[in-house]
Amino acid sequence: MTISLTTLARRGAQVLALTALAASMAAAQTPGKLKVGLMLPYTGTFASLGTAIENGFRQHVTELGGKIAGREVEYFKVDDESDPSKATDNVNKLIKRDQVDVLIGSVHSGVAMAMAKAAKESGTLLIVPNAGADAVTGAMCSQNIFRSSFSNWQPGYAMGEVMAKKGIKKVVTITWKYAAGDETVRGFKESFEKGGGTVVKELSLPFPNVEFQGLLTEIAAAKPDAVFTFFAGGGAVKFVKDYAAAGLKKSIPLYGSGFLTDGTLDAQGADADGLFTALHYADSLETKRDNAFRLTYAKTYKLQPDVYAVQGYDAAQMLAIGLNATKGDASKAAEISAALGKATIDSPRGPFTISKAHNPVQDFYLRQVGTKENKKVGIASAKLEDPARGCKL
Amino acid sequence: MDLTTFLIQCLNSLQYGLLLFLVASGLTLIFGIMGVINLAHGSFYMVGAYLAFSLAPVVGATIGGGFFATLLVGVVLAVLFGYFLEWAFFSFLYEREHLQQVLMTYGLILVFEEVRSLLVGDDVHGVAPPDLLNGSIALGDMMTYPVYRLFISGVCLALALGMYFVFTRTRLGMMIRAGSTNREMVQSLGIDVKFLYRVVFAAGVAIAVLAGMVAAPVSSVYPGMGSTVLIICFVVVVIGGIGSIRGALFASLLIGFVDTFGKVMLPSAAGVLVYVLMALILLWKPDGLFKAG
Amino acid sequence: MNYSKQIFVALAFLALAVFPSMSGQYGLDLATKIMVFAIFALSLELLVGTTGLVCFGQAAFLGIGAYSAVLLSPSDQAGSVLWLLPAAMLLAGGYALAVGALSLRTKGVYFIMVTLAFAQMAYYVVHDTPLGGGTDGIYLLMKPGVGDWLDLEQPLVLYRFTLACLLATFAFLALLGRSRFGRALAGIRVNEQRMRATGFSTYPYKLAAFVISGALAGLAGFLFAVKDGFVNPELMSWHVSGEVLIIVILGGLGHLRGALIGAFAFALLQEFFKSEAIFGEFAKHWHLGLGFTIIASVALLPRGLVGVPGQIAARLRGAALGAPADAGPAGGNHGGH
Repeated sequence: MTISLTTLARRGAQVLALTALAASMAAAQTPGKLKVGLMLPYTGTFASLGTAIENGFRQHVTELGGKIAGREVEYFKVDDESDPSKATDNVNKLIKRDQVDVLIGSVHSGVAMAMAKAAKESGTLLIVPNAGADAVTGAMCSQNIFRSSFSNWQPGYAMGEVMAKKGIKKVVTITWKYAAGDETVRGFKESFEKGGGTVVKELSLPFPNVEFQGLLTEIAAAKPDAVFTFFAGGGAVKFVKDYAAAGLKKSIPLYGSGFLTDGTLDAQGADADGLFTALHYADSLETKRDNAFRLTYAKTYKLQPDVYAVQGYDAAQMLAIGLNATKGDASKAAEISAALGKATIDSPRGPFTISKAHNPVQDFYLRQVGTKENKKVGIASAKLEDPARGCKL
Repeated sequence: MDLTTFLIQCLNSLQYGLLLFLVASGLTLIFGIMGVINLAHGSFYMVGAYLAFSLAPVVGATIGGGFFATLLVGVVLAVLFGYFLEWAFFSFLYEREHLQQVLMTYGLILVFEEVRSLLVGDDVHGVAPPDLLNGSIALGDMMTYPVYRLFISGVCLALALGMYFVFTRTRLGMMIRAGSTNREMVQSLGIDVKFLYRVVFAAGVAIAVLAGMVAAPVSSVYPGMGSTVLIICFVVVVIGGIGSIRGALFASLLIGFVDTFGKVMLPSAAGVLVYVLMALILLWKPDGLFKAG
Repeated sequence: MNYSKQIFVALAFLALAVFPSMSGQYGLDLATKIMVFAIFALSLELLVGTTGLVCFGQAAFLGIGAYSAVLLSPSDQAGSVLWLLPAAMLLAGGYALAVGALSLRTKGVYFIMVTLAFAQMAYYVVHDTPLGGGTDGIYLLMKPGVGDWLDLEQPLVLYRFTLACLLATFAFLALLGRSRFGRALAGIRVNEQRMRATGFSTYPYKLAAFVISGALAGLAGFLFAVKDGFVNPELMSWHVSGEVLIIVILGGLGHLRGALIGAFAFALLQEFFKSEAIFGEFAKHWHLGLGFTIIASVALLPRGLVGVPGQIAARLRGAALGAPADAGPAGGNHGGH
């Protein structure tokens, strides 16, 4: 009797598993539909970014009547939890279980790197709506991998040009010690030193640490002309507040990559007023295209859009352009690549093109924080193209 | 490093260490006195921070109070919550083995995070310190030190002194200390151990929640803040000696200093320093630095 | 004699062997992942269930095995499994030797925390220094193999290779459990003081168990790196150490098949709660379902999933006889599989 109970339990578990798998596989069998796999963070620190990207993507698909290149869009979602060690398993759910035609993701660079490898191996079309890791359109670039956002190098380089032109000579950089931070600072250093400036100190702390007090003291001791920084999300909120509270805001001007003040102004309050940042989007572009986008977004989702929503929206635009050229066939990477290479994407951020390495070539705006918004005050760098080091496309 | 910088780093170390102490003291109490490993302790800290954010408008609208009123309401809610949680859930864990407690409280972490996600969402928030404490005092010619951080240190110190007083000078403290050394004896003396445990647990929760509320203006309010603080708290408790409040205070300050100065002097080794410190101390004193009590 | 345990295990392996013929590509991948985790869980079971040493730093050995596989592989061609696999196990076991030698001086909760400390050290070395390629991880560009007849780039071959490793690990630990060495470990778990009082030197046995456990976790790490083609410092985080501990406790301590059952149950539970087909929009709150299930399982299944048949049988027996159900011997003190 004991024998049948144990095997029964085991068989029962297998049946349960197979049913769950079969259920999801069955759902994925409908022919003709365009299967879009969203791999975004739905839990954890970046959850709101994931939601914004999905909202932006869906908004454009709705504008197209729910169809891209004549095929009705069907969504599959996986929560990547911003965990790179589970990323390969998660993306394989979309590629192998749900057999999606297109992958959209992710926010975290480590996750995106795993996705890029899986996409390269399986040939599935991948559009990255945020993660800026240079490697995705650099060493791991591929015919079927595109990005609708930016590369980490870009905002840093743009800001470096601005600060050098302003005549700033000595700068201390501070960021998290991970790819996004390192690559942004590297981009900054490249243009800043070319423009005659010197980076006297490069401070960093491990990601996602937010105990800045010690490093703020170091900055004060070094007495630079200005500080350049990259932080995002909760870290950005805390850094800006700590910087002001330490009294540095008045004496040493703070500049940053746009993520320092994007989506964080509510929490940062008056401490962020007057800060200059560089990003490919701003809150007050006042173009018809952007105003229409923002109005629709606010009406549909009862939220204000941010750069992540725009990136999601543009991922959908890029997908539509590519698939229209191949009549809906997502496997024809070469033709999609050719179509996107020739296209100009009419984005709420302003028109942009796609480089040979499949990264956006776009204007970077110089923004200054006003009353709860990032006002565009100029162009930091026009039509900036990432050098795509290591890419063989 | 000049003198001003050094003094500022000392103040920073003190503030960080004292805040750690606040959270860790609850953990060591619960662990030392009731023998329960509670992985969800970091979640109480997270709950406190989110309470500071979400309660403030409610308190403002109903009883018209500001920051301090919110703190008070939060503490009261935390005590009730802790009392209920102990009765409904934790009291069943005392007879269980440590590993089962680990498993159950791990499940509890998942539940707390999701409930928070359902109730308040996953956004990052800031909490404004009260206007009274919003200034900065000048230290040296270029730097100022936020008054609010001094307030945090002050609150933590006051609580530490309060705990010391309760433990060593009151009957309740005596019962708690006795209960941690010999539960059966205390029971046979006619003292209601169940009630005692409930009180200790509620106090531990309330202290952690208060720490979260007080820290919210300087840290951001974000998902996952519970697990970051949890692991450091365990290190504090273990270095200090399980069940020892004095040990928790000493260990928290030690970690505060090592971590703050370490980040500045050896930034690439900063993350690992605290763990190297713990390993060294435990190899020298395998039971932690202080005895329980 | 009651051979139910052995039959269960044999049936389980048989099921795994024939699984590829009925699974899709995704099912194959999922099963491979679960088997790798099962090997990882078995390595911890040796420490926690058999010897009574609760290690909270097992992820470090997993990570060292994984990173060795990537860092020692040549960048332009497929490496050879014949030397990469033993190297990964050796390096992981080596770190376990160092950690064990230093931490076995402590006891109880302090031991748990010291093992955590050493795992965190390994994590930060890989996370913060250029040694491990940094926080975003490194790619394993070509999966290793052995000449022409073992190409791990192919999913089916990898599946079979992983299954073989799982079987070998299980068999090895089962034999170890029956040996004098295994009996000594069981004795240490039950009452170390008594062992020492009889003149038995327990330290070398504990250290040996630690090293073997570390090496086996290194094997799991190697397979992990080969399966994903990508390693990341998060592999060594305390969350992973926590997860594998949860798995062995959930499955049931003191039984090798507990580690197997736990690995499958945990992975399938996650799949279940994440499934949009079943939960729709609520699937993004899957942590809630998983958390409640874990709490319920500890509350209702004190001996882990392994104890379920026993509990059901006892209840049925109790119902038939009209007597209170006998829960059976407490906690796994057979050390059996």
